[in-house]
Amino acid sequence: MKILVPLKRVPDPDTRIRLKPDGSAVDLDGVKFAVNPFDAIALEEALRIKEKLGDVEVVVAAVGGEECVEQLRVGLAMGADRALLVKTADPLDSLAIAKVLAALYGREQPAFVLMGKQAIDDDSNQVGQMLAALLGIGQATFVSRLELLENNQKARCGRETDGGIETVTVRLPAIITSDLRLNEPRYASLPGIMKAKKKPLEELGLPELGLTVASRTRVLKLEPPAARKAGLRVKTVDELLEKLKHDAKVL
Amino acid sequence: MANILVIAELDHGQLKQATLSAVAFARKVVAEAGGTFDILVLGENIAAAAELLRPYGASAVLAADHAELRHPVGDKYAQVIAGVAKERGSTMTVGAASTFSKDILPRAAALLDAGMLSDVIDVQRAGDDFTFKRVMFAGNVIATVKLDGVVKFLTVRATAFAHSPKGGEVSPIQGVPVEAGQLPGFIEYEKREAKETGRPDSTEARVVVSGGRAIKNAEDFERLIGGLADALGGAVGSSRALVDAGVTPNSLQVGQTGKIVAPDLYIAVGISGAIQHLAGMKDTKVIVAINKDLEAPIFEVADFGLVGDVYQVVPELVEKLKK
Repeated sequence: MKILVPLKRVPDPDTRIRLKPDGSAVDLDGVKFAVNPFDAIALEEALRIKEKLGDVEVVVAAVGGEECVEQLRVGLAMGADRALLVKTADPLDSLAIAKVLAALYGREQPAFVLMGKQAIDDDSNQVGQMLAALLGIGQATFVSRLELLENNQKARCGRETDGGIETVTVRLPAIITSDLRLNEPRYASLPGIMKAKKKPLEELGLPELGLTVASRTRVLKLEPPAARKAGLRVKTVDELLEKLKHDAKVL
Repeated sequence: MANILVIAELDHGQLKQATLSAVAFARKVVAEAGGTFDILVLGENIAAAAELLRPYGASAVLAADHAELRHPVGDKYAQVIAGVAKERGSTMTVGAASTFSKDILPRAAALLDAGMLSDVIDVQRAGDDFTFKRVMFAGNVIATVKLDGVVKFLTVRATAFAHSPKGGEVSPIQGVPVEAGQLPGFIEYEKREAKETGRPDSTEARVVVSGGRAIKNAEDFERLIGGLADALGGAVGSSRALVDAGVTPNSLQVGQTGKIVAPDLYIAVGISGAIQHLAGMKDTKVIVAINKDLEAPIFEVADFGLVGDVYQVVPELVEKLKK
């Protein structure tokens, strides 16, 4: 069985994001990058399935510049078998990325795709669903519990929805997007990092996939949100209630 | 001229109030750029919900009422929505940002080869087109963007669009025929675990009291956080830490990947204030923080901060509120 796990290279989630003064882009000076946390969770799940079932190939894939190799190596170090980089020069939006992944899916023919529900930089939460539509297959999004059933023909998933955990069963192949509580990803071990150097990492261009894609989303400007006024320390409950009733007038 | 399709959200047959934010968005676009909007409701036995949506000036309330749509299953709903959007010639299809919309609308968008923007907080006319503002990087960046293509899909933050008041022509209700045999069947709905608490939804309440790591167990959460919420007639929320620990259900989580709330008053009890949590409540009108650690980042966003032991402060607060 083959599981395809797309990974995105994102700024480390604890980075205090700063913008360039002209608002044209995020200031990436000195920023550390990481595998998108939700994708790391997806990869961890794929690795656990591999450990449980045995005959499973886990393929990690990234779309972007050469710098994405850093995150693909992390994926390999965690235990993925093979990595693919689709090299693109321009940033691509969700629909364009979904089209690239659809082409990769056609090439790799995995049993299913496991990926993060959203990237913590863009926060769109769109690619997995779009990919499922382009491929004409099922989807299970925001998954925090996954169980393969019926000889790996179906996946029973617990989904984190606004109203509580929803349980669905989706026919495979399908796109499964991971949520926070699916698992806690392992760290790459030192032996893992050493082994990763010998694992296959293939680079492809869009022409090899027979694709032309372009982003329809154009960023005109980036700005920080409106700053909040500085707050006050209060020393007692009485003082707090006083402020809430008479100053803030919310009680 | 815009032709907008608003996707209503029902929860067990009840209309989610956030739908009225999506309606407000549609009305704003139509007011600025001309055009019309429809509202589409999907489900089973939805006549009452459809009726509630008539007084908002839509050209039509479209009701896709069928047993196959009893549960909001992504593949079925996306197909119906894409079909209606195509038939109506909708240039924008919009839903309030929620797990419902996020599951379904991107799939519907891709079925129509349409681009999509999520968590939109503003729209401005720009000639024949529009610019949108959307939230990125856990709420730390606001991006002004354009989305090319005649057909666009969007989710909008309910916290950014005040619920549309009633007004305008009363809309006719039009049935949407659903060909059950043509619906996909990739996904089978089994159940949803949800506990009725009798408390308001944190996305709809005026006051939210939220608990974090300082709360030791579910009983304490109910007593302290629940107790304070009840004294204020508010909703309860939770940081990620408590959900991970199994103290609170996921439906209470406020944050980058939980609920986005903007009540009049948010009381953060024993919450440190990680970036990911702030993302879910930064637009609150008045933020109160109660925490033992005076260095906790939550105090940077709080309007009023009280350094203290939540197990002492909260019971005192509840008692004094009851007077």
